[in-house]
Amino acid sequence: MSYRLEQGGLRIDRSRRIGFSFDGRGTEGFAGDTLASALLGTGRRVMGRSFKYHRPRGPVTCGADEPNALVNLGQGGRAEPNQRATVTELFEGLTATSQNRWPSLAFDVGAINARLSRFLPAGFYYKTFLWPRSFWKHVYEPVIRASAGLGRPPEGPDADRYEHLNVHADLLVAGGGVAGLQAALMAGRAGVSVLLVEETAHWGGRAVIDAATDGARIDGQPVADWVAAAVAELGSMANVTMRLRTVAAGLYDHGFALAWERVTDHRPWDDAPRHRLWRIRARHVVTATGALERPIAFPGNDLPGVMLAGAVREYLTGYGVAVGREVVVVTNNDDAYRTAHALKAAGVRVPAILDVRSGVASGAPAAAREAGFRVLERSAIAKVTGGSSVEAVTLTSGETIICDAVAMSGGYSPVVHLWSHTGGKLLWDETQAHFRPDPDRAPLAADGGAAATAAGAATGGLTLAETLASGGQAAQAALTRLGHAEADAATIATAEPEDVLPMKPVWMMPAEATAAQRQKMWLDYQNDVKVSDVQLAQREGYESVEHAKRYTTLGMATDQGKLSNINGLAILAQAKGEAIPQVGTTTFRPPYVPISMGSIAGEARGGLFQPIRRTPMHALHDEAGAVWEPVGHWRRPFAYPQKGETRDEAVQREIAQVRGRVAMLDASTLGKIVVKGPDAGRFLDMIYTNMMSTLKVGRCRYGLICSENGFLIDDGVVARLGEDEFLCHTTTGGADRIHGHMEEWLQTEWWDWQVYTANVTEQWAQVAVAGPKAREVLESLGGLDLARDTLPFMSWTEGRLGDIPARVFRISFSGELSYEIAVPASRGPELWRALRRAGKPHGIVPYGTEAMHILRAEKGFVMIGDETDGTVIPQDLGLDWAISKKKDDYIGKRAQMRPHMADPERWKLVGLETLDGSVLSHAALALEDGQNALGQRRTQGRVTSTYRSPTLNRGIAMGLVRHGPDRMGEVLEFSRVTGGTVQVRIVDPVLYDKEGKRQDV
Amino acid sequence: MLLLRCPYCGVDADETELAPGGEAHLTREGPNSSDAAFEAYVFLRRNPRGVHFERWRHAYGCGKWFHAARDTATNQVFGTYTAQCSAPPQDLLDRIADATGGERA
Repeated sequence: MSYRLEQGGLRIDRSRRIGFSFDGRGTEGFAGDTLASALLGTGRRVMGRSFKYHRPRGPVTCGADEPNALVNLGQGGRAEPNQRATVTELFEGLTATSQNRWPSLAFDVGAINARLSRFLPAGFYYKTFLWPRSFWKHVYEPVIRASAGLGRPPEGPDADRYEHLNVHADLLVAGGGVAGLQAALMAGRAGVSVLLVEETAHWGGRAVIDAATDGARIDGQPVADWVAAAVAELGSMANVTMRLRTVAAGLYDHGFALAWERVTDHRPWDDAPRHRLWRIRARHVVTATGALERPIAFPGNDLPGVMLAGAVREYLTGYGVAVGREVVVVTNNDDAYRTAHALKAAGVRVPAILDVRSGVASGAPAAAREAGFRVLERSAIAKVTGGSSVEAVTLTSGETIICDAVAMSGGYSPVVHLWSHTGGKLLWDETQAHFRPDPDRAPLAADGGAAATAAGAATGGLTLAETLASGGQAAQAALTRLGHAEADAATIATAEPEDVLPMKPVWMMPAEATAAQRQKMWLDYQNDVKVSDVQLAQREGYESVEHAKRYTTLGMATDQGKLSNINGLAILAQAKGEAIPQVGTTTFRPPYVPISMGSIAGEARGGLFQPIRRTPMHALHDEAGAVWEPVGHWRRPFAYPQKGETRDEAVQREIAQVRGRVAMLDASTLGKIVVKGPDAGRFLDMIYTNMMSTLKVGRCRYGLICSENGFLIDDGVVARLGEDEFLCHTTTGGADRIHGHMEEWLQTEWWDWQVYTANVTEQWAQVAVAGPKAREVLESLGGLDLARDTLPFMSWTEGRLGDIPARVFRISFSGELSYEIAVPASRGPELWRALRRAGKPHGIVPYGTEAMHILRAEKGFVMIGDETDGTVIPQDLGLDWAISKKKDDYIGKRAQMRPHMADPERWKLVGLETLDGSVLSHAALALEDGQNALGQRRTQGRVTSTYRSPTLNRGIAMGLVRHGPDRMGEVLEFSRVTGGTVQVRIVDPVLYDKEGKRQDV
Repeated sequence: MLLLRCPYCGVDADETELAPGGEAHLTREGPNSSDAAFEAYVFLRRNPRGVHFERWRHAYGCGKWFHAARDTATNQVFGTYTAQCSAPPQDLLDRIADATGGERA
C-alpha cells in the first residue's frame, strides 16, 4: 500500500491542497503533485489495465516512459485519452477516469483474457481468425474492433487553441538537467543565442533528487543551490531563452527541431494556447536528454507495486510518497542503493537488497551493509506473488520475503532518440550494457559536420561528475562548430568522482527460467509482450528486430518501447545466439513522446485551415442566394436558386435565359497571365500547340498547353495586347500551375529569351455577359462601340464601359453572342450592379458554374479535368485544328510523335446519345464482349461529361471511345451505376448550333 | 527538413518554401531526337546515392529556379547555384572533389 509521508517532498507545497477526481470520486493532493504521485499518496496503486490481458496495473515509472498509468483526462471538448498520470501535473478540478476496463477498474470482465493467455501468444491474430471465412465480417471483426485501442476518442471539436512558434537559435540545448544547464551556461556566456528546453516542470533533472539522498555537491555547493544559481544566471542573459514543460520531440535535417510546450495543461483556466509547437532552426544541438532506467524481466514483474528503483526514489524525495511499507530492492547496479538509503531515511522498511552481482565487498553494497541493510549478492527473484498488488517475493534460493513493493533496476539506457532521428550512430557499451551515441558518427549538418553533440547521461556517463564534464565539453564542441572561441575548460563545474562498481547485465531473472516463468516476465507492459512472446517470434522466423517488433507488438505501445526495447533486443539476441549489437535496434522516429494533434494543427483549423479565395463580387452572390461550389481554393456560385426553386430548377432556368435572352457569369477566377517582351511570341509558340506569334494585335485565339510528355494540361483564350505583349487566360484551377510552367521553361531552358511573365489573375474582375441580348445590354451602358464589324468574334477592345475602365473580349464559352468584360478588381462590384441594372429590361439573371458546364457541353467544348485526366492528348479530343503543322517544335510535340500517340485505336472524343433520352452515369464505361487478362469485362470507352440538357430536353454526354469518330451512328452498351446497361449512340460532340452562327452575330 | 540558400535572393530557404524539380542539367530532346534519346530525357534519371545535382524552385519566396549539389545519403549540401547554366560551376566541382576525395562527384 502506497501512502503519503508525514514530511518531505521537494516538489510539493503541503500548504496548498488540490481537489481532483478519479473515476468519479473526489480526493485531494498537494500543489506540485503529478496525478500519479497524488493517487499513490491516497493509497491507490492500480490506475489502469493492460491492453491485451486486462491485467491490473500501477505506475512503473515517474516520467514520460510510463506504460501503465494511462487515463482519460478531462471531459467534453477537453477530453483526451491515454494521458500518462506520471507527467500530468495536478490542478484544482482535474477529472480523470481509468481506461480499458468494464464495468470498473476493480472488476473487469476483460481480465478473462489473462486466463486465456495460453491461447493468445504473439501473432495469435495472424493464426486464429482465418476460419470459417464467413465469421470474419460478422463475428471476428466487430469483436476485434470493439476491443481495439485504449481509451475513448474525444467527441466534438477540441475546445482549446494551439499555436506554432518559429524560432532560430545558434544552439538548442535539449534537456535541462545539470548537463544541459552546464552546456547552456557556457554557450550563453560566450554570447551565442541559446534555446534551452526541459521536458518536465523542474530544472536540474535527476541530480537534484539524488543529491537529497547522497549529499552530492557541485563546485562545493549543494546541487539544488548550484541549479538555482545556474537558472538565475541563464535567466539574466538576454541571449538565452529557457522553457520548462517543453520537450524536444524531434530532430530533423539541417538543424530543424520540433519542441512541444505544454503551456496551460497545469493551469487550464489561463487564457492562453494550451500547447505550443516550437519550430526551431538551430545551428547546433546539444542532446542532454538523460537516461532511462530499465526494468528487470522476472516472473510477476508487472504486479502493481513493482516499480523502477529511480521512480520509487523520485516519488519519495520529490513528492513525499512511499510506494509501499516494505520495499524489496532488486538491482544489477549501484544506483538502486540510493533508493534503499532514501527509503530507510524516510522510515520505510527495506527487508532486503537483492544484488545479482557477486563479490560486492566494496562500493555501494559494502556501504549499504555498513548502514545495516541486508544485502544478498548473486541473488535473484524467482517469483513475485500477489493478486492485484505485490504481497511477497520468492528468491531463487527458496526464501520468501514478505513485502508490498519491489524497486527494480536493470541499469540505464541513454536517451538516444534525438541523436538518432537524423542518422546519428550508436555504439554498444559492453560495460554498461547499453547503446550510447558514437561521438565520431554524429548526425550531420548541411556542411557535413556534426549537427549535434550529446551531453550528460545521454552519453552513457551516468555519474554526476561525468555528467557535468560532458555538458561542458558539449558546449566547447558546439562553440567551435559555431565559430566561437572555445570556452575555457576551467569554467566547467565539477563534482566528486564516485567509486562505482560495474553493473552486470541481466536480461532474464532467473537466468534458467522455466517456460511457465517466462510467460510471466513482462517486457512491454502496455501491450502485454512477455519474454516468451519474443522467443516465440524468433522460433517462428521473425529474426529481424523490425519483424519481431511487429509480430509481437514489442515497443509499439504509447511509450514506443522506451522501457522495453533494450530488454526485448537482448532476449531476441539470446534466442538467436547473437550479440546484441549484431541484432541492432529498431529505428528511432520522432516524436520522442506523443504530442497533441491540436499542436500539430496549430492555428490551421476552421476558417484558417485553408484560405478561401473570393472574387470581388462574392458578397453580391451571397446576397443573390448563390449556392457555392469549391473550385481549387476559390468559391464560385454553382447556381442562384430563387424562392421555391430547387438547385436543378435554377440551373435549367439559368440556361434557358442564356439561350433565350441574356445572363451573366462571374468569370473573375479565370487565370490571367501577362507574357511580355521582344521574344513573347516566340515563347508562346513553344508553350502552346498552336501558333501564337501570328496573332494580330486586338485579336484572340483559343490555345492548348501540353506537358513535355505530350498530354493536354490546360487551355484558354490568348489575347494579343500589343506587339510584344500577350494576355493568356487559363482555367480557374490552372493559373498558378501554368504560370509556374511558363517560369520553369523561361528560367531553366530559354533563359536567354527576353520575356517576362506576371500572374495578374486577382487584379481583374471579369464578367461574362452571354445571350442574344448581350450586345444591347452593353451598349446601353455606353462608351464603347461593340458593333459586329467593329468588334468581331474573337477580338477585344479597350475603353470605358459606362464609367468604368474596361477591356471587352468577344469570346464565347456558351455558344451564344457573348462578351467577357474585365475591369480593375476594385471596380468589379460596380460593374456587376451596372450590368444587372442595364439588363433589367431583358430579365438578365446571374448564372452559375453548373449552367456554364451544361452550356459548353451542348456545344461540345472540352473542359480540362473532365475530358482530360493526364493521359489525354489534344488529338484524342479532335483538337487537331489547334495544333500547328507549321511549327518545328512546341512543348509536347516530340512526345506526340511516339507510335502509341498516333495509334488509330486510341479512345477519342465523341458525343453520346442514349436511345431512351436518359442521363448517363458519370464515368460510365462502354462495354465490349469478352474479358481482359484479369477476368474483368472488356471496355471500349468511358463517359467524361454527362448532363441533362434543358435546351435539347434530354441527357447529353461526351466520352472517349475507341476510334470513336470513325464509328458515328454505332450503338454501344454503357454500364449504369444503378445496375444494368443502357444503349447509347455515337454522335457528333457538338449538339447545338453546329455552324456556330449564334456566337457570330 | 532541408535548408537551401537561394542564390538569387540570398535567403536560407526552408524546404517548405521550396518546390523540388528533380535532376538538373538535362538536355532537352526535341522533334528530331531518337526514341532512345527522348526516353532518356523524359524518363530516365540517375538517382544516385551520393552527390546529386538537382533543381529547386524558391516557390514561396522569390520564385526563381536554382540548382543545388546535395549528397542524397547524408543531405550534405556542397553549394547552390543559378539554374541558368548547363553544367555545374568548376569551383563547386572542385569543392565536391575535395570533400569526397573525388569519388562521388
